[in-house]
Amino acid sequence: MSYWQIRLAGEGGQGLILAGIILAEAAAIHEGKNAVQTQSYGPESRGGASKSEVIISDDEIDYPKVTVPDVLLVMTQVACDKYAKDIARGGVLIVDAGLVKRLPDIDAKVVASPITETAIACSGKAIVANIVALGLLVELTGVVSPGACEKAVLARVPPGTEQLNKKALEAGYALAKHAVPCQREGGR
Amino acid sequence: MSEHIRGYLRDRALPHIWCAGCGHGTVLGCLLRAIQKAGLDQDKTVIVSGIGCSSRATGYMNFDTLHTTHGRALAFATGIKLARPELKVIVITGDGDAAAIGGNHLIHAARRNIGITTICFNNYVYGMTSGQYSPSTPTGSLATTSPFGSIDIPFDLSRLVQAAGGAYVARATTYHVTMLTNLITEALRVDGFSFVEALSQCPTYFGRRNKRGTAVDMLNWFRDNSVNKKALSKLPPEQVEGKIIVGELYRATELKEYTKAYRELVERAKGGVRP
Amino acid sequence: MSGEVRFMQGNEACAEAAIRAGLSFFAGYPITPSTEIAESLADRLPRVGGTFIQMEDEIASMAAVIGASLTGAKAMTATSGPGFSLKQENIGYAALAEVPCVVVNVQRMGPSTGLPTSPAQGDVMQARWGTHGDHPIVVLSPSSVRETYDLTIWAFNISERLRVPVILLLDEIVAHMREKIIIPEEVSIEVRPSPTTPPGEYLPYAPLPGSDIPPMAAFGDGYRYHVTGLFHSESGMPIGKGEKAEHLLRRICQKVERRRAELVRTQVENCEDAELIIFSYGATARSALRASRNLRGRGYRVGFAKTSVIWPFPAEALREIAAGAHTVLVPEMNLGQLVLEVERALLCQCQVLSYSRVDGEMITPDEIERRVLEVLS
Repeated sequence: MSYWQIRLAGEGGQGLILAGIILAEAAAIHEGKNAVQTQSYGPESRGGASKSEVIISDDEIDYPKVTVPDVLLVMTQVACDKYAKDIARGGVLIVDAGLVKRLPDIDAKVVASPITETAIACSGKAIVANIVALGLLVELTGVVSPGACEKAVLARVPPGTEQLNKKALEAGYALAKHAVPCQREGGR
Repeated sequence: MSEHIRGYLRDRALPHIWCAGCGHGTVLGCLLRAIQKAGLDQDKTVIVSGIGCSSRATGYMNFDTLHTTHGRALAFATGIKLARPELKVIVITGDGDAAAIGGNHLIHAARRNIGITTICFNNYVYGMTSGQYSPSTPTGSLATTSPFGSIDIPFDLSRLVQAAGGAYVARATTYHVTMLTNLITEALRVDGFSFVEALSQCPTYFGRRNKRGTAVDMLNWFRDNSVNKKALSKLPPEQVEGKIIVGELYRATELKEYTKAYRELVERAKGGVRP
Repeated sequence: MSGEVRFMQGNEACAEAAIRAGLSFFAGYPITPSTEIAESLADRLPRVGGTFIQMEDEIASMAAVIGASLTGAKAMTATSGPGFSLKQENIGYAALAEVPCVVVNVQRMGPSTGLPTSPAQGDVMQARWGTHGDHPIVVLSPSSVRETYDLTIWAFNISERLRVPVILLLDEIVAHMREKIIIPEEVSIEVRPSPTTPPGEYLPYAPLPGSDIPPMAAFGDGYRYHVTGLFHSESGMPIGKGEKAEHLLRRICQKVERRRAELVRTQVENCEDAELIIFSYGATARSALRASRNLRGRGYRVGFAKTSVIWPFPAEALREIAAGAHTVLVPEMNLGQLVLEVERALLCQCQVLSYSRVDGEMITPDEIERRVLEVLS
């Protein structure tokens, strides 16, 4: 696939905008593809709704926003309820199992993983949940290579936190390995 | 006026537009003498003004001169001083320009302690627009916009500048020509934000409407109603009450001038040093 | 193309390009969604020996920029809607006193405080007519991060060469969008014309023979001249009403008018045989481009055109582009501003339709496609 639409949604403070930037940089700088990252946010930098979108393509990207996400990561119930219906047929919905309890009935692969819980378990800090989520997303979808993703993470995170973030990323990769797609409640 | 000082004026721009009896020419004369006494380089001195009667002075002065928008002279001057710190920057402003529309710029220029000398020609009135009350107009005064007497409390601009962080503050009137010249000379020598409040008579609008008599009467009133700061401690309170305090009012020590602080920041930034 | 590969935000590209263009002075005041420009320059400018100052307000920022420019510095400020309104008086001052400067306005939803974090294109007319009186101005509007880089450099070049304020009209989408860009290895940089006469003979507002732009001396270089926001003679001294005043106003406005042809920058795709052309600018042009490509793919004779120069409006160029079309559709994130100029340009030539969106969201390709199909059916 040469045209990916990825949406990361949750609330301010979860680091999703940064996760989107890292993902786009992995593709644009480390894999030579084109990438665009956009975001929408409210006036508050903590707690309000936050959305980061990434498009990755081998070709020129004209319209920069995501319309039908191939991959959707949601880190709050509100974001899940709002955006799950947009997802592409056969797309991937990733939810933080600790934060999203009601899963939607959609024609997509739904993966519920304990993202924030894993972040705390591996580092003692919920703040790296965005990097765990990124690892999980990359490993599940193959949108960029794990190598490119790691380079992009290390280039972006604050100096002195490289090891912490690398650990979080690897925890995300590991999470993908035993993630089981959820049983849909209803089916169509 | 000496030939040297004549060279500070643009002959082609004269005569000036000020009314007969106006005090602004006197203040301008004091400023020109002070520029000479302070030994400023005519090619390295920039004079900036806002809008109003006083601000017309820049047009008459043979320097690089900038007649800006109403109230904003200090903001324009800040750009000049920061972009080229080796220049001497002088701002000419009035009470309306500096205290009303430009009040915030005055506060912040003083707070930064940027190396600009500001001369405020305070004549208690908006003269250019024919006599409206200003933030320095004494309570009870008549003006075209205070036909029943102004109820506003006037600003003490010198105290304001001192409180905001200026390095040097002085006040004199058009009666005290020598003192005013000396105070401006001192202000020009200060490395930081210096402010001289020059009280000036407006016989045309403030004087006539408030029955202050002729320009000479107004000068005599300045003489009779001012007390030198140095004499304050020797006088009984009743002789000080309600008087204009003239002289050097405040001088700070060990305040760093803003563009010097900025140059230090540049050195740190170039060296990659962060706090 | 070779050059450094970067993944950058529009605002960041603007700051980087400004430094590349020779920016040495920035004064600003924090305001969403332009703040990243100030933040980038607060970090970058001191390291290259330039000056950054956060002023007490938007008016002061514009004033400081003009003051700095008079000393010979290339100077810029950046703001958004409410701040752009506050800067207008001093933008007019720069236009009349012919002081080069670049003003970035990252558009957000207005009027008033509006929707501070949402995109809009509602300042098209304000950018042209925001200050009082007739005046010259050049307004550029990019659609991508790379174009933001290029147009920022061009903005400085135009401003310096013509001694005119140039407005860089971004929108929240382009300003905050991050994209891959390849930094050009070589860029052309222009500087303002400087005096060839000695100080005693210098007339600050007298253009050289054969030119309509006066050479500009820097304050502190010994020319001792007067700059005022009053109408002035060639010597810079104030004048009253009359012929000289009219001559001054006409000269400063014609500086830009005469250069309309060289101030055209359009992008055109599939317009030769198009019966309908989607004409746009800024971020909306990206939706328009996608919509036109999708419709082409489905066999419709639809073309795409965009302009990077909003003012002076490229009327002549648009007439040629739209020569064969029966309709031009103008999508904008406002209630129809640039469309008014399109109507004027294409009067009696073809039908001009507006497509507006003002809910704080970007116009999507889908909705443009639906509108085009309605028109074509």
